[in-house]
Amino acid sequence: MGMTMTQKILAAHAGLPTVEAGQLIEADLDLVLGNDITSPVAIKEMEKMKVEGVFDKDKIALVPDHFVPNKDIKSAEHCKCLREFAHRNQITNYFEVGEMGIEHALLPEKGLTVAGDVVIGADSHTCTYGALGAFSTGVGSTDMAAGMATGKAWFKVPAAIKFNLTGKPSKWVSGKDVILHIIGMIGVDGALYKSMEFVGDGIANLTMDDRFTIANMAIEAGGKNGIFPVDELAIAYMKEHSKKEYTVYEADEDAVYDEEYTIDLSTLRPTIAFPHLPENTKTIDEITEEIRIDQVVIGSCTNGRIDDIRTAAEILKGRHVAPGIRCIVIPATQSVYLQAMEEGLLKIFIEAGAVVSTPTCGPCLGGYMGILAEGERCVSTTNRNFVGRMGHVKSEVYLASPAVAAASAVTGRISDPARI
Amino acid sequence: MKAAKGTVFKYGDNVDTDVIIPARYLNSSDPAELAVHCMEDIDKDFIHNVKKGDIIVADKNFGCGSSREHAPIAIKAAGVSCVIAETFARIFYRNAINIGLPIIECPEASRGIEAGDEVEVDFDSGMIRNLTKGTQFKGQAFPEFMQKIIAAEGLVNYINQK
Repeated sequence: MGMTMTQKILAAHAGLPTVEAGQLIEADLDLVLGNDITSPVAIKEMEKMKVEGVFDKDKIALVPDHFVPNKDIKSAEHCKCLREFAHRNQITNYFEVGEMGIEHALLPEKGLTVAGDVVIGADSHTCTYGALGAFSTGVGSTDMAAGMATGKAWFKVPAAIKFNLTGKPSKWVSGKDVILHIIGMIGVDGALYKSMEFVGDGIANLTMDDRFTIANMAIEAGGKNGIFPVDELAIAYMKEHSKKEYTVYEADEDAVYDEEYTIDLSTLRPTIAFPHLPENTKTIDEITEEIRIDQVVIGSCTNGRIDDIRTAAEILKGRHVAPGIRCIVIPATQSVYLQAMEEGLLKIFIEAGAVVSTPTCGPCLGGYMGILAEGERCVSTTNRNFVGRMGHVKSEVYLASPAVAAASAVTGRISDPARI
Repeated sequence: MKAAKGTVFKYGDNVDTDVIIPARYLNSSDPAELAVHCMEDIDKDFIHNVKKGDIIVADKNFGCGSSREHAPIAIKAAGVSCVIAETFARIFYRNAINIGLPIIECPEASRGIEAGDEVEVDFDSGMIRNLTKGTQFKGQAFPEFMQKIIAAEGLVNYINQK
């Protein structure tokens, strides 16, 4: 029986010739990731283990990004714990404020994740690196601790769903619309415990940033991972960013998939997920009522990359944020920030009446930098719109692409970027 | 393994980790402090009414969303002895096992148990008894590999034993 792309990567890392769905394996890890929320718990757990230190100081990445620059005293204590652990264990890839970015934008940019890798991270959006053809998945702090100590993790080999992407998306349709469309179609548990394997000619029409966005939100369909084949664009990205050797795995012709879907990207429309689940999607054309908003957030591990920032700037250029609307733009890494500055995009945002922040997860998870009051509504390029996610339990988050978010900032209501 | 017995708190589909423990409290990792805010955004009364040993029963995809281990930690520290659901989100499932919070997937139990019912769970057999209604359900038993982690009371002890 043939193997999926994910199964092939897992088999190779478990030292097995083949694996099949449902099999429990122990795999070698190429990278273990943690942030300022999850790492302190992991560090505490690791201290209980009878181990000398970390398995490999070069294969651990620690990124304070959620509540930094420190938002309060308790967060500062967490970051201090992380910093001291990194120093004590001489962790190569610790990224201090000033160098850090949102972890899932930062690691590929720094060349730490490449095709064929097995990566675990104590953050659910670790699945992002599937865009490069890696197996990467989110775990909790105890798994992170065990991973840092042993360089290994246990996995149940996942079954898979195949998404055959064809066609070319139209002007204002991006990776965010593709993944929101898919989550709307299969639901927030539609891929529970499974791999989401993306294939097809349409992938050539998606930028790397589109693919990062799509893989990033695999978890929002319950998926264990999302993964793309390694094409010329992915190889060019890795060559530009990484010195690590990569390995290209391809699914067998006779690989088994639980389900298969074909999606013609040319038929997709800007898509918005309504409160309070990412599966509550509507296309922009299906929204008949006027939905007035109070805030727009453009950023996050889902949509804070340079493509996203450029798209938002293209719409905001020469326009102004509607009166009374707060528009918060958060480039995901220092490098994206710098590039946006050099391209004049930050000037566009500031002249449009938006604020531009240093990289942080901040508002996405209701941490800081844009918390919502009771009854307020936000259009956000982030990944979750659960009850209370960005603030008050009676606030609302509408998930959308950077294009829809920027257009909505201009009009003060959820808007089609083609019609402003 | 020991059994669990307690009163049921019942919830629906897709109980996410943000409502189990909102991110505004994640500047702490102290179990007791997290427990105080457990389920706050979905059920303000939960923490005032929960007693040691009580059981949470939910429908599909319990624990979806973030990978925060603070979620099962908060539930365990609030005194909950077991979570039964139709299905669990996968990261929550791993985390619960890794920290030694017993969880069982059982669609029939999730349908046949109401809030306030007295329920008993035998972890060895996977049997779930609804003492209030006099019914019983067979939950999915853990694979052997996970049983070892649970028997060691979590992944850390399991690794230490190896």
